[in-house]
Amino acid sequence: MQRVRPRVRVPRTAAAGEVITIKTLISHPMESGQRKDDDGNIIPRRIINRFTCEFNGETVVDVALEPAISTNPYFEFEAKVPESGEFKFTWYDDNGEVYELSKAIEVK
Amino acid sequence: MKLSRRQAIAVGVGAGIFALMPHQLRAAQEEGVAAFTGGVEPKEGDITLNAPEIAENGNTVPISVDAPGAEEVMVFALGNPSPDVVKFKFGRLAGSHTASTRIRLAKTQNVVAVAKMPDGSFVKTQKEVKVTIGGCGG
Repeated sequence: MQRVRPRVRVPRTAAAGEVITIKTLISHPMESGQRKDDDGNIIPRRIINRFTCEFNGETVVDVALEPAISTNPYFEFEAKVPESGEFKFTWYDDNGEVYELSKAIEVK
Repeated sequence: MKLSRRQAIAVGVGAGIFALMPHQLRAAQEEGVAAFTGGVEPKEGDITLNAPEIAENGNTVPISVDAPGAEEVMVFALGNPSPDVVKFKFGRLAGSHTASTRIRLAKTQNVVAVAKMPDGSFVKTQKEVKVTIGGCGG
């Protein structure tokens, strides 16, 4: 099975109050629960069902994912940066696992 | 051709069932939207859905939504086995109420985006995407 690996792109620095673009991608099979294996049995659903991005504990986006999201879920969105701090990204897997990644940003 | 009373009733009932079917199918598709809006009828408004007109591969169709001022935006693919696609909730630090992702489409269909506004109203928009190869396996 493919290894789950989250990746994000966040600028290192920003001006105070600046709006930045964040891109995230996590390698994940996103098994929809609609497919069948070679023997005709339904492959059980296993997807990332929730993704969140926080900055210093404050929510930027909170996304609910359904099986109709493509393999290796990709999200691009914008965030306001009021001060230096840390973006925290969290992905929740159907199998109970939680993947986390943090990126610091400095306000000049 | 002469119909007996019994045959005539059978034909009538059959026609009735047949007439109901498309309506029920549509009801199932609209159910997801209604569940999100709590039954409130969404209006046309300030919401943009970007999706390709033709998607060669339904497995990964890039879409983006933009709904200025919206609290939540939900995307539906009405022709998929399950129409719910994704729901974005925007927090206080969201730089804009815009988000992009990639979705699966089983076949050519309408993709609908519905936004929940802070005053409790809903706006929606939709776009038809033609799919050459479906994306839901099976």
